[in-house]
Parts: sequence; C-alpha cells; structure tokens
Amino acid sequence: MPDRQDAAVRWQDELYALLRRHNITQFAYVPDAGHRILIDRSLADPDVHSVALTTEEEGVALMAGADLGGARGVLLMQSSGAGNCINMLSLIKGGHFPFLTLLSMRGDFGEGNPWQYPMGQAVEPVLSAMGVICLRIERAEDVVPTVSAALTMVCQGGRAVAVLLTQKLLGAKAF
Amino acid sequence: MANDYPQGVDMAAAIAAGFVLDRRDAVPKLIGRHEDFLFVTGLAGTARDIAALTHDGAHIYTMAGAMGGACMIGLGLALARPDKRVLVATGDGELLMNVGALATIAILNPANLSILVVDNGHYGETGYQKSHTSLGVDLEKIAAGSGIKRTRTIANETGLAEGGRMLREGNGTAFIVLKVKPDDPPPYKRNLDPASCRVRFRTALLSTA
Repeated sequence: MPDRQDAAVRWQDELYALLRRHNITQFAYVPDAGHRILIDRSLADPDVHSVALTTEEEGVALMAGADLGGARGVLLMQSSGAGNCINMLSLIKGGHFPFLTLLSMRGDFGEGNPWQYPMGQAVEPVLSAMGVICLRIERAEDVVPTVSAALTMVCQGGRAVAVLLTQKLLGAKAF
Repeated sequence: MANDYPQGVDMAAAIAAGFVLDRRDAVPKLIGRHEDFLFVTGLAGTARDIAALTHDGAHIYTMAGAMGGACMIGLGLALARPDKRVLVATGDGELLMNVGALATIAILNPANLSILVVDNGHYGETGYQKSHTSLGVDLEKIAAGSGIKRTRTIANETGLAEGGRMLREGNGTAFIVLKVKPDDPPPYKRNLDPASCRVRFRTALLSTA
C-alpha cells in the first residue's frame, strides 16, 4: 500500500532527524527491514558511524564504549536480537551506562511466522529483568514523542531504554 | 614433583606448543609507555595485567563480567575519540566468546584501534581448562580472515619491540596475538565496580580535551 509506505518514510525520516539533533553519532545494527530507512540514512551521513554488527550483543558493548569516549549511540535491532543481548546488558546495568535501543517487533500483532513468537513475546520481561525500561509504540503519531521521551530518559536521566516499534505500527511481515 | 605452575597445567606441553613467554614480563615490554593508550581489557588475566601496569589508572576500563565485550567497547571508544589511541587487551577465551566482533571491526578499520590478545591457551580464571587455541584454533588467522590487514603473532622476546611499534601505527586496526605461558597474571587487586570505573574513566578523559 503506497500510503502506508509514505507514512513509514515520513516518521522514519523524522526519527533520524530527532536522533541526530540529540548528537547520536554511532548507529549500530544487524540489517533489518523495520529499520531500513534509519540504517540507510546513517550509511549516507558522513557525520556518523554506521556500524554493521554480526550479533546484537556487540552493539550493547559498542554503546558502552561510545559513552566512555563521550559519544552517544543507538542500537537498532529486531525483537529476536534482544535475546542475544542479555548477559552483555550486565555491562549497561552494572556500569550505569546510558543505553538506547529501538526494536522492530516480530512475534506480536498479526505475526504469521511461529518461530518469531518465543522471543517476540519475551522481549519486555527479559529486557525489564536486565534493567531496561520498555516503551511500546503502536501509532505513527506516537513515534517522535515517544523516542523524544526515551532520549531524555537516556541522555539526561542516564537510564537504559528500549523503544518497541510494534507490528501494529510497522505492519506484520507478509509471508 | 613440586613446581610453581597452576594446578592441572601441562606446562611442558604448553611450552612445546609455543606458549613460552612470561606474561608478567612480556605484556609490559610489548606495551611500553602505557600512557600512550586508553585501555579496555577483558576479564581476569588481562584486567590484572593492565591494572598492575598502570596502577589501576583512570585511562583503563577493566571488565570482570559481560564476557565477549572488550573488543566492541574498544571500537565504540575508538570511534568516539579518533584523537586518542585505544588498546584492547584481552584473553583468548574472552575473544573467542564473540569472535564475530573482529569482522565488525575489520570493515570499519579504525586507525586508532589496536587489539592485543594475551593468549595462554587456557581459561585461567576457571581452573586452567584448555581453550580452543591450545587445540588448533589460530586467532591471528581468524583476524586476518575477518579482514584485519595488520596482524602478527609474537611468541618470543625478539618480536616484542616491533609489536610495540605496531600497536602505535596509525594505518588501520592492528591485531597482535601474544603467546604466553599458562601461568598466573599479576595478583593485582583492581576496582571491580563497573559504575565507579566508568565515572573515573570519563572524568579523566572528558575533563582533559
């Protein structure tokens, strides 16, 4: 549906601009359809580091290193990647590192792939157990205000925050 | 026969396999002036090596958990501070836990990042069980195969000075495997609180331009 596509481009572009206004200069990700525009924007931006990971836990450690050097980053991942991060989040929680991650959800609203449910449904309890505050977004008009709130919580509040871009927002992947 | 080696270590076999250098001697010699670097270390062995070398200085961030994170913390720091040289000092076991990080680092190839693997072929902290590098795995080849162009394995005294130069050269990420005996690191007691070490590191680095 072209309308839906245009709306997605709009909020993702606004989201990229918001992250850049907050001096996010390290964009780390495992390639993912839900974050495609943010990833492409970071690749095209000469003022940021676009870091393709082999597994999401690398991104958790990268964010801690960025903070040690006085820089800010964001980890873009799919819900399945949350499970790959768990022990590395010991670094974030124990070290009181600020941490921002945006998750494109699978295994929730309208999911047709049964393999996506175990991790998708476990994202919030598992991240919460490791001290990460989870904020869910279901409507396009909530993206910028919610990520703005998350940035305040991370950059000023020093918290670890995960913003969950749900399948109600992104649309369930058609198989 | 009594000896000074850690219990269970087959030192003769380790030495025959090229794990000869004494880490308490070789690590400081290889690194030289430690003030030239910001350090991120792995757990246990390398954390103690670098804490002893620097008297647990404010330019080091040592780990005691979150195994597999050292190289990527180093990458984040190196990207954030291109004006400083970052040295990740980690062990064979810590690197093996997240060896994909070498592929991630290779494609960015930051000029101010160097990785030193103090490879004793064993998991020293958990009772000196053999690691994969005692059983045929070659971390230098993995690094080279990942795309890191400047790699070296140092197993004797004569390579130490050149290794020290490699760590300081600015033409792409360097990766050095320093093969050492499976023997204990310096018994240095460092600060184990990851939050106070973060504040210490940031205060020292960010308050000086």
